[in-house]
Amino acid sequence: MNIHEYQAKELLKSYGVRIQEGIVADTPEAALEAAKKLNAETGTSWYVIKAQIHAGGRGKGKVKETGSNGVVLAKKMEDVPTKAADILGGTLVTIQTGEEGKKVNKVLVAEDVYYPGASEPKEYYLSILLDRAKGCNVIMASTEGGMDIEEVAEKHPEKIIKEWIDPKLGLQGFQTRKVAFKLGLEGNAFKEMVKFITSLYNAYVGSDSAQFEINPVLKTSDDKILAVDAKVNLDDNALYRQKNLADLRDLAEEDPLEVEAGKSGLNYVKLDGNVGCMVNGAGLAMATMDMIKLSGGEPANFLDVGGGANATTVEAGFRIILQDPNVKAILINVFGGIVRCDRIANGVVEAYKSIGDIRVPIIVRLQGTNAEEGARIIDESGLKVASAITLKEAAEKVRAAISA
Amino acid sequence: MSVLVNKNSKVIVQGFTGSEGSFHAQQMIEYGTNVVGGVTPGKGGTTHLEKPVFNSVEEAVQKTGADTSIIFVPPAFAADAIMEAAEAGIKVIIAITEGIPVADMMKAKPYIKERGATLIGPNCPGVITPGEAKVGIMPGFVFKQGRVGIVSKSGTLTYEAADQIAKAGLGVSTAIGIGGDPIIGTSTKDAVQLLMEDPETDAIVMIGEIGGNYEAEAAKWIRENGNKKPVVGFIAGQTAPPGRRMGHAGAIIGGADDTAAAKMRIMGENGIHVVDSPAEIGAVMAKVLGVEA
Repeated sequence: MNIHEYQAKELLKSYGVRIQEGIVADTPEAALEAAKKLNAETGTSWYVIKAQIHAGGRGKGKVKETGSNGVVLAKKMEDVPTKAADILGGTLVTIQTGEEGKKVNKVLVAEDVYYPGASEPKEYYLSILLDRAKGCNVIMASTEGGMDIEEVAEKHPEKIIKEWIDPKLGLQGFQTRKVAFKLGLEGNAFKEMVKFITSLYNAYVGSDSAQFEINPVLKTSDDKILAVDAKVNLDDNALYRQKNLADLRDLAEEDPLEVEAGKSGLNYVKLDGNVGCMVNGAGLAMATMDMIKLSGGEPANFLDVGGGANATTVEAGFRIILQDPNVKAILINVFGGIVRCDRIANGVVEAYKSIGDIRVPIIVRLQGTNAEEGARIIDESGLKVASAITLKEAAEKVRAAISA
Repeated sequence: MSVLVNKNSKVIVQGFTGSEGSFHAQQMIEYGTNVVGGVTPGKGGTTHLEKPVFNSVEEAVQKTGADTSIIFVPPAFAADAIMEAAEAGIKVIIAITEGIPVADMMKAKPYIKERGATLIGPNCPGVITPGEAKVGIMPGFVFKQGRVGIVSKSGTLTYEAADQIAKAGLGVSTAIGIGGDPIIGTSTKDAVQLLMEDPETDAIVMIGEIGGNYEAEAAKWIRENGNKKPVVGFIAGQTAPPGRRMGHAGAIIGGADDTAAAKMRIMGENGIHVVDSPAEIGAVMAKVLGVEA
């Protein structure tokens, strides 16, 4: 689960990680109030206004309606409300949102941390994530802050510092020092970085996170180390024991159909294609999407109905797929193991009748226990539903349906 | 011989008296698996499905000589159950549970390794040696006895492959569902290695999906090991968009090497017979083995 920057920063701060201070606002007036409060608390006289959406590339991204960037600087307090108004309620398009962009409901009004001083401010990169191959967490750091890390990895792999953490022992002091030294830090900035990494790791473990990306981490002109941005991805499997964090979920950031599917216990991901599909099992669901493509179509979604496919889940699945106007045909692919195919077929017929007005062709492929019986029920139902038993047959019927 | 489980396996069920545990234990017993008992803390001394219930795995091992365990314990307690089994001396631990926190598995994995146990899963359909033992949740009848081994991250796709193999006139030696989580006990390579070294397996079906590097690692190992047996491979998720989790917690494209295309290319380069369509697994296997489908 992803959370917003302002939520991520609050989480980090609660573990003693120094952050760029800021106050979240959902109206231009609240933004002005936030700026006043921030001025009183931090003494900042410049303000950074940052759109809060679950996507990166906000600084270079543009708000469709106003042309404003997703992150802007106000050098005067009185500019804060107008600049916030150019972002709030607008649709921000960034490299990660796709052309449709994302609606901005909140902005973070943050202090300016790039103030001049004894030394030049410098940006770094830090992340903590799971190394699946090694089965442990890894800290990644780089002096190339503010840049896309994939790009750094490709062009300058030597500039990426990695420290793997023993799951039983946790992060050790020497590892933290190694990272800070390799980043070329010394004096107070070095001490600050050691503290920063230690607190960051504690926050990562304490919140059951799956990924932290702090880009940039800033060394200020007076040698403080702080998080200017924060991306936090929580482990969905651990949310049951992180109730406070689970509450940070922002449904406005998610596709409404995906939210609706989740309520019915279905695992749905919306895609851009023209053939909807409903499958039992995640692997078979992905394989079915691939097969749709090989048959000349494009998958409109991923939909795993889970182990117990029945009339209720099939109906819920139908209703969700049918809300997608791009869908020209639907393929149901169920491997009936312990659940018998004849029962699933009855479930499909029931769901179809209950919805009534289905205008796209439906192909039902049932394989496994009582597959022939299942196909017979479908064929004799009198509905506009084609049956198939083998995957090959199903693929051919999909091809016929979309070319018709 | 087969691998991991056979007719001599003495199986206990952890989470025996829960609804999932009860249902699948019954199915396994009906299949002919030698289920010797189960564990539900607090219900020790009672009988369930005509088998003894124990309070701990340790006690179950002492009283029954169990060497294999299947776990249906809920996610919050599953990593604990896995470690308990390893500590009690269970050699093959099969964890069906889906949804275990990554942080828990990160600790459990090295713990059981130090104790010499093999973990299959979590978030997997289990292991079946047709005609001998089913230690999992798969529909047993789909798996015909034979000499093709299956290694797969996915449940229903494994059944699909087994079914196609049967329709091609072949059968399965052992099918290993390794699971779809980011951290699993037995990697694709480990499972392939078991089947490569099994004298009763002539060929292998390897089914992977997007995310992680297990398939690439297995493919490289297969070549380094001299491509001793033919391998037919499929990767699910050629049409999956990057950055989205596709059902399984581990099925997400993070980098360029996570994609189905990259994995299929690496598999092809290492001498694996890669199929583009999941409908072709059985037919290609029959062709590779020179059998009339």
